[in-house]
Amino acid sequence: MFYREAGDYKTSYPEDSQTFPIKFDRIRYYAVLAVAFGIIPFFINDYWANAVFVPFLIYAIAAIGLNILVGYCGQVSLGTGGFMAVGAYAVYKLMTAFPEVSILIHVLLAGGITAGVGVIFGLPSLRIKGFYLAVATLAAQFFLVWLFNKVPWFYNYSASGQISAPERDILGVIITGPNTTAAAKYLFCALILLALAWLARNLTRGSVGRKWMAIRDMDIAAEIIGVNPLTAKLSAFAISSFFIGVAGALFFAVYLGAAEVGESFGIQKSFLILFMVIIGGLGSIFGSLAGAAFLVLLPVFLKNVLVGMLGWPTDLAAHIELLIIGGLIIVFLIAEPHGIAQLWRLAKEKLRLWPFPH
Amino acid sequence: MPDTFFYATEVMLNGLMAGVMYSLVALGFVLIFKASGIFNYAQGVLALFAALTLVGLQDGQIPFSHVINAIFGTDLHNFGWTLPAVVAIALTAVVMVGMAILIERYILKHLVNQEPIILFMATIGLAYFLEGLGDVMWGSDIKKLDVGLPQGISETIETATYNWFGYGFFIDKLDIVAALVAAALVIALTLFSQYTKYGRALRAVADDHQAALSVGISLRFIWVLVWSIAGFVALVAGIMWGSKSGVQFSLSLIALKALPVLMLGGFTSIPGAIVGGLIIGMGEKLFEFSIGPMIGGATENWFAYVLALLFLVFRPQGLFGEKIIERV
Repeated sequence: MFYREAGDYKTSYPEDSQTFPIKFDRIRYYAVLAVAFGIIPFFINDYWANAVFVPFLIYAIAAIGLNILVGYCGQVSLGTGGFMAVGAYAVYKLMTAFPEVSILIHVLLAGGITAGVGVIFGLPSLRIKGFYLAVATLAAQFFLVWLFNKVPWFYNYSASGQISAPERDILGVIITGPNTTAAAKYLFCALILLALAWLARNLTRGSVGRKWMAIRDMDIAAEIIGVNPLTAKLSAFAISSFFIGVAGALFFAVYLGAAEVGESFGIQKSFLILFMVIIGGLGSIFGSLAGAAFLVLLPVFLKNVLVGMLGWPTDLAAHIELLIIGGLIIVFLIAEPHGIAQLWRLAKEKLRLWPFPH
Repeated sequence: MPDTFFYATEVMLNGLMAGVMYSLVALGFVLIFKASGIFNYAQGVLALFAALTLVGLQDGQIPFSHVINAIFGTDLHNFGWTLPAVVAIALTAVVMVGMAILIERYILKHLVNQEPIILFMATIGLAYFLEGLGDVMWGSDIKKLDVGLPQGISETIETATYNWFGYGFFIDKLDIVAALVAAALVIALTLFSQYTKYGRALRAVADDHQAALSVGISLRFIWVLVWSIAGFVALVAGIMWGSKSGVQFSLSLIALKALPVLMLGGFTSIPGAIVGGLIIGMGEKLFEFSIGPMIGGATENWFAYVLALLFLVFRPQGLFGEKIIERV
């Protein structure tokens, strides 16, 4: 009925190759943007910002980054937490060293520094793959966390070994520090997510993304048809790490405000983001968002039900949460190895034929 | 001889003993990887779960007592009996076999022919699930595991070495037991796989799934078998590690340490798992002892992984592994 290509005439090449070729999708996309930027900022309060929206936006950025590496280029990485830590410490050093420069530039520069580190740890991917590469990235995870713990220069010789974000603003609106309003945090993260998601979407459907996917599907064949594995893999590592570094910078500067590396960027974080990518759907930008939303909302939901409604002790609720997340991952992998994104695709297929299924 | 030399030797010996623990976990990995090509991340959590179950059974704890108390407002904790260590170990072994059957029926069966990465993810999910289950069943407080293994520093070795070298070596009795148990386990596994019918079937499956199927070996049975054995190995590792440092969450983290062990030893080699564990255990202790103080200490956290990373670049199949790694 309303969801199909027929009748939606394209009269130019750019129109023909647009991201959302179906009119309904375009309207939905603008509607989501309108809600995200026109409605939520006016109603958001501290609880919703800190428990749901800001973590979701930041994890979504990290998940898109990891999805580029794992889902599009096929290189498994367990070092996400370590790379987020690089972003966080980079932005901290930049913020304290150059207080007069805009925080936005610092966040982007932190992403750039993380991209450099990511390329270095991505070098082994030129020789090894699969689980072997996963273990190589574990080396990055543990080494980086240790480095930020042990070298006092990174945390400016503070006595507690913690880093805490000083107050910075953009055009007079405070973005970091304890006096930030919920709406400012939300809008800052949402704008960066929008820009990066747009970038990722266009990268992955362009020639760079196709090279990544060729490498993922069969590296030898890709090499034969003229894809350079060196540049394809390292560019995937660089861009993925850029996203993850930006996410780490935001996670520290905007969301946490103060961070201790082992606690905030440990191996658990790597797994959490990997799960977001898997549950959301490998090789899908929408999937990264869906996976992040799912794994941010699930603990909040479970906590509200178990602790808030049933009155169970919090530690028990935390264990049951582990149990449920583990179970859900297995169920998801068995029922739909391609994640929420695949369910979404199936729904769209159905909708395209509706109301005449044949 | 200077004392520092002896001290270094002692550090090395203790590292070797710690390496035995890594080897025990790595052994379970290798068994499952050989038989089913699954990279079982949950091996460490299996060890944790086995140790928790063992303590719970031994002390007569009521399973799920925390949940029951939370729902019904009761105050149940113990049945009020304690089981002898041998009975508890036997019962835990039964639980691990039951677990293997459940894992095969509800997870592996449905994931046949999926990509290895999906199976790997499934075992990570399993690890979370088991960790949650263990905590919900038995509570998450640190427990003391005592199955009657000798504890403390061995005075015999200390006096003997003092008389010989003028320097008393401190070696934990438990570490010696662990080393002996690991050796016994490897010998038993080797004998099992060489001389019994099921052991041969196991090796056949490890060699070639389809050929094994075509001569009438049931893959599903073999998977249950191999997960049971891995569960048993996990139980042994859990007992050793739990007696040493108490049953707690950090037990499941040794699974991660087992990964570099496998890199070094090769994914498909049982002796490799042992030798790799020893090298990693010894290497990280010696590195911490010699270089650690210069760069701030706590190098044990990453040394193993970086060593594995270097190893990968020069010998991707590990020391004893089959040369099946695809070069890119």
